Amino acid sequence: MGGLTVNTKLLRQILVGFVRDEVYKVGVRKGVLGLSGGIDSALVAYIAAEALGPENVHAYCMPYRTSNPESEAHARLVAESLGINFKVIEITPMIDAYFTITPDADNMRRGNKMARERMTILYDHSAAVGGLVLGTSNKTELLLGYGTLHGDMASALNPIGDIYKSQVWALSEAMGVPSEVIEKKPSADLWAGQTDEQELGFTYREADELLYRMVDQRMSREELIAAGFDPAFIDNVARKVQGSHFKRRLPIIAKVSNRTIDRDFRYARDWGK
Amino acid sequence: MDFTVALAQIKPKLGCLDDNMALAEAAIEKGIAAGADLVVFPELALTGYFLKDLVPEVALRLDSPQIERLKKLSERISIAIGFVEVSSDFRFFNSAVYLEGGEIRHVHRKVYLPTYGLFDEQRYMARGERFRAFDTRFGRIGMLICEDMWHLSAPYILAMDGAMTLLCLSSSPGRGITESEGLGSAAAWQKLTTTTAMFLNCRVFYCNRVGYEDGINFWGGSEAISPSGEMTDRGAILEEDFVLAKVDGGALRRERIFSPMMRDENLAITVKELKRIDREKDC
Repeated sequence: MGGLTVNTKLLRQILVGFVRDEVYKVGVRKGVLGLSGGIDSALVAYIAAEALGPENVHAYCMPYRTSNPESEAHARLVAESLGINFKVIEITPMIDAYFTITPDADNMRRGNKMARERMTILYDHSAAVGGLVLGTSNKTELLLGYGTLHGDMASALNPIGDIYKSQVWALSEAMGVPSEVIEKKPSADLWAGQTDEQELGFTYREADELLYRMVDQRMSREELIAAGFDPAFIDNVARKVQGSHFKRRLPIIAKVSNRTIDRDFRYARDWGK
Repeated sequence: MDFTVALAQIKPKLGCLDDNMALAEAAIEKGIAAGADLVVFPELALTGYFLKDLVPEVALRLDSPQIERLKKLSERISIAIGFVEVSSDFRFFNSAVYLEGGEIRHVHRKVYLPTYGLFDEQRYMARGERFRAFDTRFGRIGMLICEDMWHLSAPYILAMDGAMTLLCLSSSPGRGITESEGLGSAAAWQKLTTTTAMFLNCRVFYCNRVGYEDGINFWGGSEAISPSGEMTDRGAILEEDFVLAKVDGGALRRERIFSPMMRDENLAITVKELKRIDREKDC
C-alpha cells in the first residue's frame, strides 16, 4: 500500500507555509517551542526556522534533574545547527517544591506535572517574546493519546499533528535534522532508560501501519485482520484511540442557551484573518 | 476571436469583505494593465471559504455597493467572481457573478454543496437550482463553482446549452499527500479539467485560491485548458499567482471540426432516458 511514504518536498512546502501564514496572520512574527532533544521538536524547529527565519524562533530546553544529559546536548545541537535562540530552563526547583506536598506521587503524576510545568513556561515566554507556541505532537501520539493534556499536547499551532511518526522520520531526514537525533530511540525521558516503544508495548512503525489503515483508510476490523494484523493488537490500539478521545476535544459545555459556543456558535479560528 | 484570460489566484482573508474587495480591485487593475479581456477569480473570493456562522455577515445583495463597483470596472474588463449572495427572502448562496460592459450578465448559484469530510456547505448555504449558459462578448459561457464540476451532468448541461467556454471558480483544499509529485486533490482536479474540456470540446478556465484557513491549505494551480483537453497555462502551486492565458479563438473551431462530439450528441435520447430513469427510480 505504501500510503505512509510521502513526497517530503511537497510536505515541507505545505508545513513551512502553514507556520508562516498562521503565525503572521495573528500579527506576530515569532514562534516559541520546547526543544526536548527528541525528533518531533527538532523537526518543528527546522520547519519554524525555515518559515520564520532562525532569529524569530525561540527554543527552550527544560530539563528535570533526572533527565538524560544527552537530551540537552541534542537540543543544543539542533539549536546551534539552525542558529535559533536557545535557552535552558531547569524545572527541578518548581517540580520538587510542588511534590514536597505529595511526596508519594507516582511516575505518571510526576511526568504529567513536568509536561504541564514546561507548557506554562512556554506560554509565559510566548508572551515575553511576542510569539506563538508551536506544538510538537505527531499524529501517532495524538491518536494513541500518548501525551499530557494541557502539557505537551497544548499549543497555538501544530505543524506535525497530521503526520505519523514514520513520516516525521522521513521528513526529518529530508530537512537535515542531525542523524543522532533521528536515529535514537524515541523517549519521553521521564526516567532513566525509558523508551516510548517499551512503554507502549509496540513500535511506532507497527502502530503507524495499523493506524493509517484504520483511521485514514477506514478499514473494518475484518479487513485489518485479513491484511495480517493481530486481532489483539488491533483491539489494543483501537481501545487507546477511543479511550484518549477526550484529550483531542475541547472541554464539553452544558447547553442551556440557543447558541452555545462551538455547538451552534461556530466560527473558524482564523475568523477575520 | 482571440482573447486573453487572467486567472487571479488570490489569497482572501476570512470574513474580511473590504480587504478582499481591495485584493480583487488590485487584480482587476492588473488585468487591465496586462491587456486581459476577462479576469476570473476563485470561489468565495470576496469572503474566504470556511465561513460557518459568518455567512450572513458577509453576504451581499446583487445591488450592494461592492457589486456596483465591480459593475463599473466591468466596462473595462469582463469579470467572473465568487461571493456570498443573499436573496430578498434571506437565503444565502455560494454564488458566482459574471459582469461585462457595466452590467451583470449572469449569476450562478452553486448547486452541489459538499457536506462531507471537511466540508460543511449545506449547513450554511441554500442550494442553487439551475445550470444555464449565457452570452458574452467571447461567445456562450457556462459557470461552475468547485464541486459542481464533479457532477458530470453539470458541465454536460452547460455544453448542451451552447457553452463553448467553461469557467470554474474553486476553493479546493489540498489533501491526500502521497509519494507522487502533487497532492491527491490537485491530481484529481487536473484530470477533471482536462477530461471535461476534451469530452465537451470546450475551453476550461479553472481558478483556485491559495492560503490557509485554520490549517487547511488551498493549493492554487489555476489552469487554462484548450478544447482538445490540453493544459496550456498553470498557476503556481500553494502560492499567489496571476496567470495570463492567451486564447486562440480558431483552436475551438478546429477542434469541433476534428471531433464533432457536441454536434453528434443526441439530446432527445438523453432527455428520454433520463425521464425514464427518474420515473422508474421510485419503483
